[in-house]
Amino acid sequence: MTAAADTPAAWGGVRRLLVWVTGVRYILVSFIVLFVVWEIGVRVFAVPTYLLPPPSLVWLEFTERWLHVLKHTWVTAEEIVVGYVIAVVVSIPMAIAIAYSRVVERTAYPLIVFLQIVPKIAIAPLFIIWFGFGFTPKLLLVFLLSFFPIVVASIAGFKSIDEETMELARSTGAGTWMIFRKIRLPHAMPSIFTGLKVAAALSSTAAVVAEFVASDKGLGYLLLQYNGDLQTPMVFATIIVLSIVGLIVYYAVELIERLVIPWHVSQRVDGAGMGMV
Amino acid sequence: MRHGEHPSGAADPAAPDGPSAGRVGTEIRVSALSKVFRGGQSETRALDLVDLEIGAGEFTAIVGPSGCGKSTLMRLIAGLLPATTGEVSIGGQDVSGPHTNLGIVFQKPILLEWRNVLKNVLLQTEMRHRNDPDLVDRARALLAVVGLAGFEDRYPHELSGGMQQRVAIVRALIHDPPLLLMDEPFGALDALTREQMRIDLEELWLASRQTVVFITHSIDEAVLLADRVVVMSPRPGRVERIVDIDLPRPRGLAARKHPRFTEPVDMITEIFLARGVLHSGRQGPKLAAT
Repeated sequence: MTAAADTPAAWGGVRRLLVWVTGVRYILVSFIVLFVVWEIGVRVFAVPTYLLPPPSLVWLEFTERWLHVLKHTWVTAEEIVVGYVIAVVVSIPMAIAIAYSRVVERTAYPLIVFLQIVPKIAIAPLFIIWFGFGFTPKLLLVFLLSFFPIVVASIAGFKSIDEETMELARSTGAGTWMIFRKIRLPHAMPSIFTGLKVAAALSSTAAVVAEFVASDKGLGYLLLQYNGDLQTPMVFATIIVLSIVGLIVYYAVELIERLVIPWHVSQRVDGAGMGMV
Repeated sequence: MRHGEHPSGAADPAAPDGPSAGRVGTEIRVSALSKVFRGGQSETRALDLVDLEIGAGEFTAIVGPSGCGKSTLMRLIAGLLPATTGEVSIGGQDVSGPHTNLGIVFQKPILLEWRNVLKNVLLQTEMRHRNDPDLVDRARALLAVVGLAGFEDRYPHELSGGMQQRVAIVRALIHDPPLLLMDEPFGALDALTREQMRIDLEELWLASRQTVVFITHSIDEAVLLADRVVVMSPRPGRVERIVDIDLPRPRGLAARKHPRFTEPVDMITEIFLARGVLHSGRQGPKLAAT
């Protein structure tokens, strides 16, 4: 990177774009090939559009109704983001409490594990009874599905510190807060982000499932509507939009990871950065 | 100087005045010290009635076979583990919690991967609430002494094992502690790096003369570094013998040829032979034949 110092900033941007394009070119090619094969296949074998519409038709129908889809996308996105944020805010302090206190570990942790074992999707109908058809049951399901992976990964992060590091810390006479701030928290960060990413991937599923159960708006609702009317091109369009929402949530978390713990991301060699693609 | 600080206290040893200040009052007295580890049904007696006195400014090596409790002894001196029976005092004060006026080096460098070399060194002083800018200069100077000038901004994963351990040693010295505890600090290094580290450590020590407790399982290393070598028996660990080393300093590389090196090495080897820690080559086949 020695040449970077004397090149204008704009060129740096262009080069980064080029690097990015080179990085994703294989994925790009495979997607293009997929769509082309799909388009040709459907037309050659004259598959009825209600079974499998060609990608061109999916696109065409989507361009006609995109505003409608967008309105419902916004509803689902809100459920995902709010539920996820609440899960993060609750689960990380809880993980800290469990990692630091034997009493909390013995009382709260078995309960959390039990809650995880209960199939949350199965209790979604119960939420409808309790909280009605609105925003709350969706938010709760997103929260419940996101909560557990973050708690478990964070506990592992806070606990996995080795004995000698703690001995070194104690030999300095530092207090609990200082040791937490300088050692335990940064040490736990990579694990916490692993949990955050798993939860991010689960959160969009949770929102859609909650909408399936009972709702009058959101992408899950829209999907059932189009499905019922056999508007298969729009079913496809909705699924694609939903996937894009999921990807955005996931990559937003990964971007935050890059900003918060660049030291970890730069060391990672397994290419987990492309994990979702 | 304060001793026996507990981890919750905002302990901070008095700032040293110069390279030789603060060495007094670090004499270590270990009396009738025993440590038993209990795990479920079983009990392991790691140390059994250890008595030991280490003078201020003295370089003491503790040598013994694996599992003889020498690392446990170091942790008891540091106040990181509670004794089962017996006492440890440093400078006349009982150690009843982590003793903070010291530097520790472990076998693993245990550097924080999110901090660069300089910041890893400064962790020591940050944790002690000492942030004066002079410490940065001191850290740079010490890093230069151990051959790490220019590596201040590197991260641990970019360094070799030997370099990482040098950073750990600088981290143990940055606050100029009068007492240095080292638990097999060169144990994970290759033989050549180990020899160089040994020479460099002596040089560092000659410049500031801390009281040093150096745990090792290498007889050569113990004799080459220490003023006195404490030989420990296999578990449960006891003090088997204390051997005074009378080699001129600096010992450098030449000391290996000195008769006052080979004599104590042979003597310690004899002790380990007698205790069954070592077997001579001739005995091996003989035993097999009968």
